[in-house]
Amino acid sequence: MVQEVVRLPLAVGEELAIRKNRIGSGGKRLCIVTGTHGDELEGQYVLWRFNRLLAEHPEYLHGTVDLYPALNPLGISTMTRGIPLCDLDMNRTFPGHENGSMSEFLAARLMDDLAGADACIDIHASNIFLREIPQVRVNVNTASRLVPMARRLNMDFIWIHAAATVLESTLAHSLNALGTPTLVVEMGVGMRLTRSYGEQLLQGILSLMASMDMWSGPVEPVSEPIISHDGAVAFVNASQPGIFVPAAEHAVDVERGQELGVVVDPLTGEVRERLVSPATGLLFTLREYPVVYEGSLIARILGGIV
Amino acid sequence: MREEVLFTVDTPYRPSLPVKGWYFGAHGQKSLAVMGALRGNEIQQMYICAKLIQELERAEREGLLSPYCGILAIPCANQFSMNVGRRFWAADNTDINRMFPGYDKGETTQRIAAHLFAALQGYQYGVHLTSFYLPGDHLPHVRMMETGYQRVEEARAFGLPYVLLRTPHSYDTTTLNYNWQIWSTQAFSLYTTSTDCIDEAAAQLATESVLRFLSSKGLCRVAPPPVEERPRFFRENCLHNVLSAAGGLLLCRRQPGDRVKAGEVLGEILDPCTCGHLEALRADCDGRVFFCHRAQLIDGHEVAFRVLPEEEAEPQGRWR
Repeated sequence: MVQEVVRLPLAVGEELAIRKNRIGSGGKRLCIVTGTHGDELEGQYVLWRFNRLLAEHPEYLHGTVDLYPALNPLGISTMTRGIPLCDLDMNRTFPGHENGSMSEFLAARLMDDLAGADACIDIHASNIFLREIPQVRVNVNTASRLVPMARRLNMDFIWIHAAATVLESTLAHSLNALGTPTLVVEMGVGMRLTRSYGEQLLQGILSLMASMDMWSGPVEPVSEPIISHDGAVAFVNASQPGIFVPAAEHAVDVERGQELGVVVDPLTGEVRERLVSPATGLLFTLREYPVVYEGSLIARILGGIV
Repeated sequence: MREEVLFTVDTPYRPSLPVKGWYFGAHGQKSLAVMGALRGNEIQQMYICAKLIQELERAEREGLLSPYCGILAIPCANQFSMNVGRRFWAADNTDINRMFPGYDKGETTQRIAAHLFAALQGYQYGVHLTSFYLPGDHLPHVRMMETGYQRVEEARAFGLPYVLLRTPHSYDTTTLNYNWQIWSTQAFSLYTTSTDCIDEAAAQLATESVLRFLSSKGLCRVAPPPVEERPRFFRENCLHNVLSAAGGLLLCRRQPGDRVKAGEVLGEILDPCTCGHLEALRADCDGRVFFCHRAQLIDGHEVAFRVLPEEEAEPQGRWR
């Protein structure tokens, strides 16, 4: 049943409504949220497929599933990453405040609605600049609790990252701090759907539910993810502005010294920079948007110390 | 006065963009650093810094700077966004003021923040001319972060009527103000009335307040007009938010600085298609309007006004 989490009047003849679809009743509760950043759409496919599956096989569901396709409906509808008008990153407004501005109020209402779930999956899709392999990102402080759950999600990679104060205002951090285990999935690229990644995550969600005794239907075996800390991740940033032309495929193993691509100048024909891999390993992040500046992230390689 | 290119930002389709600093006073002395616009809409902040550069140039020429005084002023670090009418870094919409202390091997705005911080670090005092995240007008005030390193009494020297102490949220930890303090600079954010348009009177007030600060610290002998009032110090959570329940056209009946009574109407929200009355926004305490939402359209549950209560009405709001 579609329910409203919060509704607010907008200025001219419209209302902002954040909605969820509650499927099943009683028992354990799994929440799947996406659309915090309006340019990240991979989660839309996952929620659509999951909705269909639950409708076809209600007999396998034991418990409650809440699906939130658009935490930032104005952002999704306008191809805007943040919250339009104030241009705030919604994922830096949690846990929010009842007496704060609109964005803080929305965050507070979402927290009220999500808190207490037995598990929450927060699906992200990188941004328009970078393509990511399917992965779960876990703060080191919550790793002992979350990594066993993350292994169920059928993702290729679990990245256990260092704690950063600024990340304390994310939805996942705020929910985990309240004791609601929340997994952050990153996969694909902004403004696009990658169906294969969506199907992969769908199988992972069923696997996680089965482990929680929420799903009694068939579950395909999940793949064992690579689990790694920050130290094993090498970064490649552009040092010259221009157009990045990739030479390597995304999601493949690369050798140390292998060319990942070039930064070129279309005006003069010059090759300004050749970018090579600083490590041997898996090319799990690759630049998708070609225009680059000094510092633009080009690639991340999972492959030990550089 | 010494004009220097601190660093340049190279871009694929536009000429290299120089970020310039203006130095005054003695070489090697690091008394005060002033940061103007970090965001592309901070026109007023850039203007104040530019006026300050004019005043400091005159003071230096007339021998009014102390031999122990060294000042750096950076009016604008974001012409890349300002020249195309964007608030945040126009290539990826990131906010330079959420990237401090910066990272010289990181992404573009992290590197810009690192370059800036390298230039701005090590000063005894730092002033950031900055803007609020909501569209609106403030009473001019000095804002300090409560990092544990702040010395609030120092803010008195600006001679502005209000000094606000903010308890930092996690997202504040990457601002210039916060990082200045952590790295041993006494940091002050200076808010004036407007952001994306010039308010001459407020800009003059801000310029004079920085000169007054320098004069008070014995760094300069320029004598801006004296102030009679003792500043009021208060914590940010002492402000009363007046929230809209309806969405529509906002007509403000009161302005920043107006003294108001509890129950008094501060503004009105009208139906945008019929001009029918939807809501009267009322003060819930006696006090002074401190912030006023400026956009003419307002959504529901937005901060329309912030009222600073009378001191005797809210003694818990004071820290002294």
